[in-house]
Amino acid sequence: MKILVGVKRVLDYNVKARVKADKSGIELANVKMSMNPFDEIAVEEALRIKEAGNAEEVIVVSIGPSQSQETIRTGLAMGADRGILIETDDLLEPLAIAKLFKHVVEKESPGLVVLGKQAIDGDNNQTAQMLSALTGMAQATFASKVEFDGDHLNVTREVDAGLETIRVKSPAIVSTDLRLNEPRYAKLPNIMKAKKKPLEIIPVADTGVDVSVGLSVVEVNEPPEREAGVIVSSVAELVEKLRNEAKVI
Amino acid sequence: MSILILAEHEGGALRPATLNVVAAAKAIGGDITVLVAGHNAGDVATAAGQIDGVSKVLHCDDAAYEHELAENLSALVLSIAESYTHVMFAATAAGKNVMPRVAALLDVSAISDITDVVSDDTFIRPIYAGNAMATVKSTDKVKVIGVRTTSFEAGAESGGSAAIESLAAVAASDLVSFVGQELSKSDRPELTSADIVISGGRGMQSGDNFVMIDEIAAKLNAAVGASRAAVDAGFVPNEYQVGQTGKVVAPNLYIAVGISGAIQHLAGMKDSKVIVAINKDEEAPIFQVADYGLVADLFDALPELSKALDG
Ligand SMILES: Cc1cc2nc3c(=O)[nH]c(=O)nc-3n(C[C@H](O)[C@H](O)[C@H](O)COP(=O)(O)OP(=O)(O)OC[C@H]3O[C@@H](n4cnc5c(N)ncnc54)[C@H](O)[C@@H]3O)c2cc1C
Ligand SMILES: Cc1cc2nc3c(=O)[nH]c(=O)nc-3n(C[C@H](O)[C@H](O)[C@H](O)COP(=O)(O)OP(=O)(O)OC[C@H]3O[C@@H](n4cnc5c(N)ncnc54)[C@H](O)[C@@H]3O)c2cc1C
Repeated sequence: MKILVGVKRVLDYNVKARVKADKSGIELANVKMSMNPFDEIAVEEALRIKEAGNAEEVIVVSIGPSQSQETIRTGLAMGADRGILIETDDLLEPLAIAKLFKHVVEKESPGLVVLGKQAIDGDNNQTAQMLSALTGMAQATFASKVEFDGDHLNVTREVDAGLETIRVKSPAIVSTDLRLNEPRYAKLPNIMKAKKKPLEIIPVADTGVDVSVGLSVVEVNEPPEREAGVIVSSVAELVEKLRNEAKVI
Repeated sequence: MSILILAEHEGGALRPATLNVVAAAKAIGGDITVLVAGHNAGDVATAAGQIDGVSKVLHCDDAAYEHELAENLSALVLSIAESYTHVMFAATAAGKNVMPRVAALLDVSAISDITDVVSDDTFIRPIYAGNAMATVKSTDKVKVIGVRTTSFEAGAESGGSAAIESLAAVAASDLVSFVGQELSKSDRPELTSADIVISGGRGMQSGDNFVMIDEIAAKLNAAVGASRAAVDAGFVPNEYQVGQTGKVVAPNLYIAVGISGAIQHLAGMKDSKVIVAINKDEEAPIFQVADYGLVADLFDALPELSKALDG
């Protein structure tokens, strides 16, 4: 069985996003970019499934500009077998991303697709669900545990009131939540080896997929700022202020 | 404008989130239909009909909808979606699970987590952990929307008298089945709709120490939350996590204890009306968003606070 893993190149989670002066988006020039943290968890899960003997090949897929090759190389250095870059300089909406993933699914026929539950830039939390809807493959989002049982998977999911377990039939699409695993770091020899692993680059136009969508970003603004507060000197003062000034208790 | 809302419910009652979605729908304007899909959920349909501003309730009663399985719910919504201009969901774990499927099956974009309605086709949504607000415009014939519940004040639960019509079920998926759940039992109010939230972070050092937070929460009738670090360390269960990738809260009062204030945590609580931070490190970024900061060791401050609340 093959496992397909989505790896998106995003602004590093430690870097504070700055809105561009012309309100067209976020300043991405000369800032640290990294693999979306949920995708690191996705790669790790795929590797563990392979190491447990439940898969033969892990393929990391990224959709984005040429620099996304670095993100793919990171996945290969963690241990994935090969990479696919669907190259585009456009920022694509999840519907278009899901259609492009569907295109790869049709070519590769994976038994499992693992995506992150959300990309920390767009914060959409859509792609896995859309891909499931478009391909008809079963959906198991927000996974905190994945267990194989023949041609089924038992997936424990993080939901608002706790945890829920569902059973889905392979081939399936899983999206990762934070507690699924702790991703490994790529070791130096593996980073060297990763440079030799196959990485196929497909221009988005060659896929034949229509990536136009009916949603556009009009402008991007700074969020409202909070006014500065005060430092209180004691618990007594805090309680007094909450009671008489803020009137919230 | 004709708007369809998928109701959320559990244990025979509507979840409060549905009222927030109705409020967002009212901001768009138009006829509001609420779809109640469930098994033996007649009481929920009745309650949905009483929500102020709702003009029709569609009730589909079938075992396929006993659990919130995404395949089954999305197929049902899809069966009627094209008669509406907007299809709306709460941006809860359950709503996020279904909403993008409906959009993809309609071949339209999904609009996640809106925090404001500019017009019937233009909405505002946070991106980059709320460090930027994107104004997005949709030209799709059906707009499929997820609503950030804390951004729309819940409307009245009563005052409406909508007609209830029944809706035929759609064949259930054979790819997925519900196995079980582990839900935490708590007497505390629900995190996302509580008036007061008190959250603990890594500084709490252990799950046992959360007793100190629980005690204060009981006195304030507050919900208890946590940072990701506290959840990852196993101090408290996953559903306590407040933040970019956990729950978003906006109570009247948010008390952060032993939480540093990482961007990802702030994303989930910075719209709270009043923020209190208790942290022993005066440089902690949480103080930049706090209305009242107390630089103190939490192991001294929490017992003192608990005592002061008795007075
Ligand atoms: C300022 C701004 C302007 C924009 N303008 C436009 C515009 O005009 N038109 C337009 O179409 N889009 C535009 N976008 C892009 C769009 O809004 C989202 O940022 C984009 O769709 C990403 O969605 P997401 O990553 O949040 O998806 P999510 O659904 O949150 O992603 C979940 C998971 O899917 C997988 N995944 C998602 N994307 C990729 C990828 N590229 N490669 C590999 N795996 C992936 C990953 O596993 C990821 O963890 C704009 C974005 C910004 C910030
Ligand atoms: C993809 C991704 C998603 C994330 N999503 C979230 C999210 O949704 N929510 C979230 O919260 N985080 C999230 N994080 C994690 C976030 O980046 C921080 O790591 C996390 O919020 C830190 O938690 P903390 O403040 O409890 O711990 P720390 O940052 O370790 O802070 C502990 C604080 O406690 C204080 N302290 C220690 N002892 C005491 C004492 N005795 N008395 C008083 N103060 C004390 C310290 O001074 C310190 O400020 C995410 C990270 C990533 C990469």
